[in-house]
Amino acid sequence: MLAHAIFFYIFSLIAIISAIMVTVSKNTVHSVFFLILDFISISCLFIMIGAEFLGMIMLIIYVGAVAVLFLFVVMMLNVAQQKNQWFSAKENSKHIPVGLIISTIIFFELIIVIGGWKYKPDLVSSMSLNIDNNISNTHAIGYVLYTDYIHIFQLSGMILLVAMVGAIVLTFRQRSGVKRQSYFSQISRERSDGVELIDIPSNQGVKSDD
Amino acid sequence: MIDIGLGHYLTLGAIIFTIGIVGIFLNRKNIIVILMSIELILLAVNINLVAFSIFLNDITGQIFTLFILTVAAAEAAIGLAIIVVYYRNSSTIRVEEINSLKG
Repeated sequence: MLAHAIFFYIFSLIAIISAIMVTVSKNTVHSVFFLILDFISISCLFIMIGAEFLGMIMLIIYVGAVAVLFLFVVMMLNVAQQKNQWFSAKENSKHIPVGLIISTIIFFELIIVIGGWKYKPDLVSSMSLNIDNNISNTHAIGYVLYTDYIHIFQLSGMILLVAMVGAIVLTFRQRSGVKRQSYFSQISRERSDGVELIDIPSNQGVKSDD
Repeated sequence: MIDIGLGHYLTLGAIIFTIGIVGIFLNRKNIIVILMSIELILLAVNINLVAFSIFLNDITGQIFTLFILTVAAAEAAIGLAIIVVYYRNSSTIRVEEINSLKG
């Protein structure tokens, strides 16, 4: 139990500090790296409390796909070196104190809700999808995900498909003035398009009619 | 302090959620950091769901965390595509220069 507490505090401290660094670091590439550190420490927390499958999936999806996507976009857009002040005080920056006040209020509201919150006494016994401790976490998720939640699962697949199509359509650019190979016109070209047979009378030559 | 319970995880979720909101409010650099703050907020929600799922011994929270992961990935892809198109058109993604809507 002591080791559990120590690791919880270490990982959550790393997560909080790297979340702050995501927001305040001046270089965008550093922000992406701190985002990766944040995801890794949170997935360590997930693995630690017994949700191994979700921890590994977080590593694969967030670190392997989303953060790399962010890195690619940051590198493509040439914004990594836009170094300017974090609180760049322009004359109309009234939003900073307002934002700080609103965030403080939100934080204390969340803390109050957590502090004053209790279970219903019969909550755990009224639960229908209890975790079976004899099978692994992945096994348990599979049993529920492919039976009770199969429609939502397929719907999330549709969401991914729509997102993929949307991203491709948004960023696809037809460049003009670039020669490219056209297989259709190559294959459908016939002999009469390229070669012309002309009967040439003797001693007169060929007159090109352009 | 030693006994880690549900409240500890919920507090961690609340802290990361608030940091994400602060990042959205105070950001003046570029939109990509705002997208990263949105990812932080979704991460905080995931922490809450997984903590409830483990401590209440119900698998449903982890299932919904999977769906939130899916939606977060789709949202990041679409958002970054929009940012790329915007940068191509107006060659800036700084927040204070994006003011076509006069907001």
